[in-house]
Amino acid sequence: MAAVVSKNNKLYNQLMVATVLVVTFIMLVPIYWIASTSFKSYNDSVSIPPTVFFEPEMTGVVKVFTKRTILRKDPSPAKLAKSAWYEKIIFKAGEKVLRASAFPSRLWNSIVICVVSTAIALMMGTFAAYAFSRFKIFGKDDWLFFILSQKMLPPMVVIIPIFLMYRTLGLIDSYSGMILIYTAMNLPFAVWLMKGFVDEIPIEYEEAAMIDGYTRFQAFWKIVLPQSVTGMAATSVFCFITAWNEFALALILAPRNVQTAPPFIPSQVGSGIPDWTAIAAGATIFLIPVMIFTFLLRKHLLRGVTFGAIRK
Amino acid sequence: MAVGVHKEATNSQPGLARTGLSDLSIRNLFIIPTIAFLACMNIFPLIWSLFLSFHEWRANLPDEKAVYVGIQHYRDILNDPAFWQTFSLTAQYVLYAVVGELVVGFGVALLLNREMKAKGVITTLLLLPMMMSPAVVGLFWKLLWNPGWGIVNPIFGLANDYAWLSDANRALWAVVITDIWMWAPFVMLLSLAGLSAIPKHLYEAAEIDRASWWFTFRNITLPLVTPLLLIAIIFRTMENFKQFDMIFTMTGGGPGTSTEVHSIRLYRMAFQSWDTGKSSAFAYILLIMVIGISMIYIKYLNKIKER
Repeated sequence: MAAVVSKNNKLYNQLMVATVLVVTFIMLVPIYWIASTSFKSYNDSVSIPPTVFFEPEMTGVVKVFTKRTILRKDPSPAKLAKSAWYEKIIFKAGEKVLRASAFPSRLWNSIVICVVSTAIALMMGTFAAYAFSRFKIFGKDDWLFFILSQKMLPPMVVIIPIFLMYRTLGLIDSYSGMILIYTAMNLPFAVWLMKGFVDEIPIEYEEAAMIDGYTRFQAFWKIVLPQSVTGMAATSVFCFITAWNEFALALILAPRNVQTAPPFIPSQVGSGIPDWTAIAAGATIFLIPVMIFTFLLRKHLLRGVTFGAIRK
Repeated sequence: MAVGVHKEATNSQPGLARTGLSDLSIRNLFIIPTIAFLACMNIFPLIWSLFLSFHEWRANLPDEKAVYVGIQHYRDILNDPAFWQTFSLTAQYVLYAVVGELVVGFGVALLLNREMKAKGVITTLLLLPMMMSPAVVGLFWKLLWNPGWGIVNPIFGLANDYAWLSDANRALWAVVITDIWMWAPFVMLLSLAGLSAIPKHLYEAAEIDRASWWFTFRNITLPLVTPLLLIAIIFRTMENFKQFDMIFTMTGGGPGTSTEVHSIRLYRMAFQSWDTGKSSAFAYILLIMVIGISMIYIKYLNKIKER
């Protein structure tokens, strides 16, 4: 096995490292392709065979933020001089900017819904995790099992009654409805992950504090919470990413005004040949936060994807 | 609620003078909101859809009265060859995808499990796909699979009319490969954790004994990584069984029904045909299957944790 590196298999090791680099390269090609397509011209994006080297331009990025119409006649020089940089780009592509597209508002919806639902799930999850970690509870494992089982439900199975319930309560296409459902989606995860983090804080700290006259709640608030800041940060980033990426529930429960970005981006495909530059630009902008968060989270990824079971 | 009746947790250290809320009330305040909220958002709807599954009712005609039909819907679904076709399609998709993820993910983990520069960065780069939105991944792979301007065909030297997503026989393979691209990193992550936990002296001992690579792999590496691989398999089986987003944005279940896994079929039944009663019954059949898989999963997870 190559885990033990001795001098005579150095060459073998270098070969393996080279293979790793090739594999990494192959795995990243799709991501590079989507990012690069957003900087292609329309013609480059649909050329056969596909263009690998091209002159980057911002047309796709501008397109995803604007509603446009076909340009009937070329704009007059005076008008051209007055128009903003993004309008000039669109003129060059033979179109005219009408108004801003729905994309910024869809991103904003995503941000609001994800941030608020993450905050609520984190708060409730931390409280419950502390209680599960520190107190004796009758049937503790069964309760934890119940909580985790909520995470296992396929969204398509619960969505029919949720849809009906929301329709009765007037929660379809509302921020509160989306926040509630995303909180419910992330809460089991938050409880499990936070329980793992709280379990790691020595109980002696609180006991010492309580001997010094702290109440149980003060001990929790002033000792345990500050100790679990890392855990809370990791948990909230995980919850945020899960909510940010969610598609099926948003597709059905928020069809119009509070539509989030994931259902919006595919909805641009429409009929006929889609303008991939705009779709790719939308997808890239949407993916950037996730990539940043993945790098921030890298030490906690294993723990996150196994609900805190494997800590390493 | 059973949470409230257990007495053991009340101020267990009577020697301490403390004011404020008792442990018991703090415990209840901390736990009951979570349990109650989850019950409202998940258990109550499930009871509602159990009721619906025994009735004939359409959600787009809410004023009509629901007609009780007993187990008719369940019987119809289980007798419908189309259901079994969807079921077998889903099973094929899950099987191919999980096996592929396992082979690729474990393979890459074996390659990565050595001392090398920038290992952390490379590992994180490899993990990027699984953190992305499945809906957006499905969408942009639709571009990659395009026979003309996609890059899959040129990379593999296929002609520019070699269709993937519009070919009923190949669409499922395209979906499976995309899924492997996205989720092999997950298996890789778990495998790496397993591999790095194997004590080095075992390999040193094997080297002294001049054990072959295959012998070492079969007798040291594999048995020690197996628990984590099993977690990965169960987890991916369950997640792929639920898969909706990626296939929906990539093929929409098509062409025809060639990639219509049961989540997509359920979506079409419930929100396009508005056959609410029957789709609730369908949902319940799926639910029972998922509960089966997740019971195994959670049991196993607890076992791993106890070690």
